[in-house]
Amino acid sequence: MADKRKDTNEVVDSTKRRFIKNSGLTVGGLVLGGALGGLVSVNTGSKTNSEEVTGTPKADSNPNAALMFFTPDQHQITEAAAERIYPEDDLGPGAKDLDVAIYIDHQLASPWGGNDKAYMSGPFHKPEPTQGPQIKVLRKNLFLLGIKGLNDYSNKHYDSEFIELEGDDQDDILKEFESGKVNLHPGVTSDHFFTMLRTLTIEGAYADPMYGGNKDMQGWKMRKFPGSYMSLTEEIQKDSFVELEPQSLKDHMGH
Amino acid sequence: MKKLPKVPVVIVGMGWAGGIIASELTKAGVEVVGLERGKDRQTKDYMMGHDELRYQHRAELMQDLSKETITHRNNEKMKALPMRSYGTFIVGDGVGGAGSHWNGQTYRFLPYDFEIKSLTEKKYGKNKIKPEYLLQDWGLTYDEMEPYYDTFEKMAGISGETVELYGKRSNPYPTGPMLKTPVLEEFEEATKNLGYSPYMIPSANLSEAYENPDGIKRSACQYCAYCENFGCEYGAKSDPVVTVIPVAKQTGNLDLRTHSNVIRVLNDGKKATGVVYADTITGEEFEQPADIVVLTSYVFNNVRLLLNSKIGTPYNPKTGKGTIGKNYAYQVSAGESTLFFDDKEYNLYGGAGALGIEIPDYTGDNFDHKDLNFLHGAGIRTTQYGDRPIANNPIPSGTPSWGADFKKQSIKYANSTFKVKSQGASLPHKDNYLDLDPTYKDEYGMPLLRMTYDYTEQDKELVKYMSKITKKIAEEIGADHIETQEEQAPFNVNKDTNTHNTGGVIMGADPETSAVNTYLQMWDADNVFVIGASAFPHNSCFNPTGTLGALSYRASEGILKYIDKPGSLV
Repeated sequence: MADKRKDTNEVVDSTKRRFIKNSGLTVGGLVLGGALGGLVSVNTGSKTNSEEVTGTPKADSNPNAALMFFTPDQHQITEAAAERIYPEDDLGPGAKDLDVAIYIDHQLASPWGGNDKAYMSGPFHKPEPTQGPQIKVLRKNLFLLGIKGLNDYSNKHYDSEFIELEGDDQDDILKEFESGKVNLHPGVTSDHFFTMLRTLTIEGAYADPMYGGNKDMQGWKMRKFPGSYMSLTEEIQKDSFVELEPQSLKDHMGH
Repeated sequence: MKKLPKVPVVIVGMGWAGGIIASELTKAGVEVVGLERGKDRQTKDYMMGHDELRYQHRAELMQDLSKETITHRNNEKMKALPMRSYGTFIVGDGVGGAGSHWNGQTYRFLPYDFEIKSLTEKKYGKNKIKPEYLLQDWGLTYDEMEPYYDTFEKMAGISGETVELYGKRSNPYPTGPMLKTPVLEEFEEATKNLGYSPYMIPSANLSEAYENPDGIKRSACQYCAYCENFGCEYGAKSDPVVTVIPVAKQTGNLDLRTHSNVIRVLNDGKKATGVVYADTITGEEFEQPADIVVLTSYVFNNVRLLLNSKIGTPYNPKTGKGTIGKNYAYQVSAGESTLFFDDKEYNLYGGAGALGIEIPDYTGDNFDHKDLNFLHGAGIRTTQYGDRPIANNPIPSGTPSWGADFKKQSIKYANSTFKVKSQGASLPHKDNYLDLDPTYKDEYGMPLLRMTYDYTEQDKELVKYMSKITKKIAEEIGADHIETQEEQAPFNVNKDTNTHNTGGVIMGADPETSAVNTYLQMWDADNVFVIGASAFPHNSCFNPTGTLGALSYRASEGILKYIDKPGSLV
């Protein structure tokens, strides 16, 4: 097994900024990299990962960080909205730099986005609160209605594109959507979209990086989650916290 | 439809119940056909198994709801609507069934459970059980069940320690208890201080390497944190795929057909004559005639197949007559207390599905119910399953569910929160039952199962009481912040998280009030055996698999008797 367990990692962690030191992604407190950083910098063609980056933004060489479902505009709105759900702070990157919008793009393009394993036969009646959603609209279409709704609402009430708004204004719009007060389409209220946006954002921050988000496992690093280890028998018995260098499923390929 | 050659026994569903029946019958030289709607599975399939998104949140090992689901309503005044995607019950699919994706907590029910009506009336008087609660004895005692529990535990290698307050054991657990972690030690110390008797939860995640009586060797659990919703890449979690099914296969007497979904049981009104199943890949339908039909699918499909095949009498909540669909029960999981620590971090990212510690003091009738307005009880416990990050984002109440505060708090407490939980019994009520939905159909055009269920007064009172106990224990442990969930909200098919469904084809001594006898043989068709938690006349406060496994061994004994001498076994 590919356990990257080192004695030096077995420390009681007291620094909340530890991930930043480990990842080497900061210069003077500014977090670099991320999808947009990758787009504007030169592709060096060399193998890069976060451990090797030493201060200069490098090209994002990950071929998975591209769109298979969204238009660029849709991607930008998603990125902006997801960032409000899970913002960058002193703990580390937010949804934008974790590539959560890439994750969401890939999920909506997948069979899941087309409700492949959901029961879709009618009739679709209005449910009681205890019965779970009864929505005929496919997930991928609900999401597109939602982000279009965010932008329409923003233009109508703020005379601005959603992505141009200040964070506080974006939050106010998202709260309106969360409450379900906005109609996205006849019979489709905004709360269903908001729930999906929130869930997908959390997933994109913490799912295995092969799905496109959790860039460089930084979502895991922030909460000191080790990802996939084949054995944790020793660690769980320790009284003090044992911080492990995270591993993703790629580490198990070829075994 | 192609008619296949007749076989002695056909088994419907290859999870724990089907696997045990297949193993016991084939070892005795009986040829059986095992029909499984899902795919075949093996341990090495799970090398990419530590994938929280795929296995937990996209329900990789579960039934495809686009083909079949259940409908639910809280009461008869509501219109039942389909569970369109997974919220609550996660119904297994494929060889191993729920026995592949379970956590592995493997209890015995209490002596009290098997004689709940008699013992309650004896101790508290005839009026203690309110008439709307359909409590009944199981038709056999704990002492009669004990050898079957023992057999199941030895086959699976269950790890645990003997508990004084529970039923007498003929043997200790085959393997010792799981490891104790700091959070479990904190629970242990606090509950001992309060005068309780904590014990390690009996576990099917092997605490040590083990060879079972069938000669199957398996290795110890690595506490990797991927049990519930996942398959075990070590084979350390007991699963039909690594225990009973290979034994059955090795005899050469098991014809296991995967991708074979049974649609109905053929019968002449007195006996079953076989089953009809569809190849789920091609859609082609087959008739498989058989001398004996054994239903071992999940609770829901055991009930649905009988109703769709018109075997037995459907339960009628208005008259109380009929038995199929009667006494559906669930469990209550509210009442927990959450401890938040500001300056302590635990290694909660590791764990196992059955890694936990519990007190027996509030289970069953182990405490006095004379002045209480509920019966039975709850297991009060702290578990360490491994806190995977999508599913576990603990925040103190009042924290927004998204945004800057959410991120800050959920990360702050990611390794600094655990719970004192309560898993309580849910007793059967006349208004809680299963029948066929009048509107919604499966992919073959057969009606879906309709569940009419809500928590009862008894359940709500039990939760209120247990929440005080979890709070007391949490306070004894001590934390910077403690939150207690004091009330049981209405049953929500999208939110509640427990797959311990029971009843619908219940066992008993009386054909008027039960569907199967104590060998799980149908009163109304003696060559049909219906095996699973569907046979439980009520649900206890414990996880159901141990009892389901024990009953499967008893049923296999019954089937072998029946092969020798057909007719009613009682």
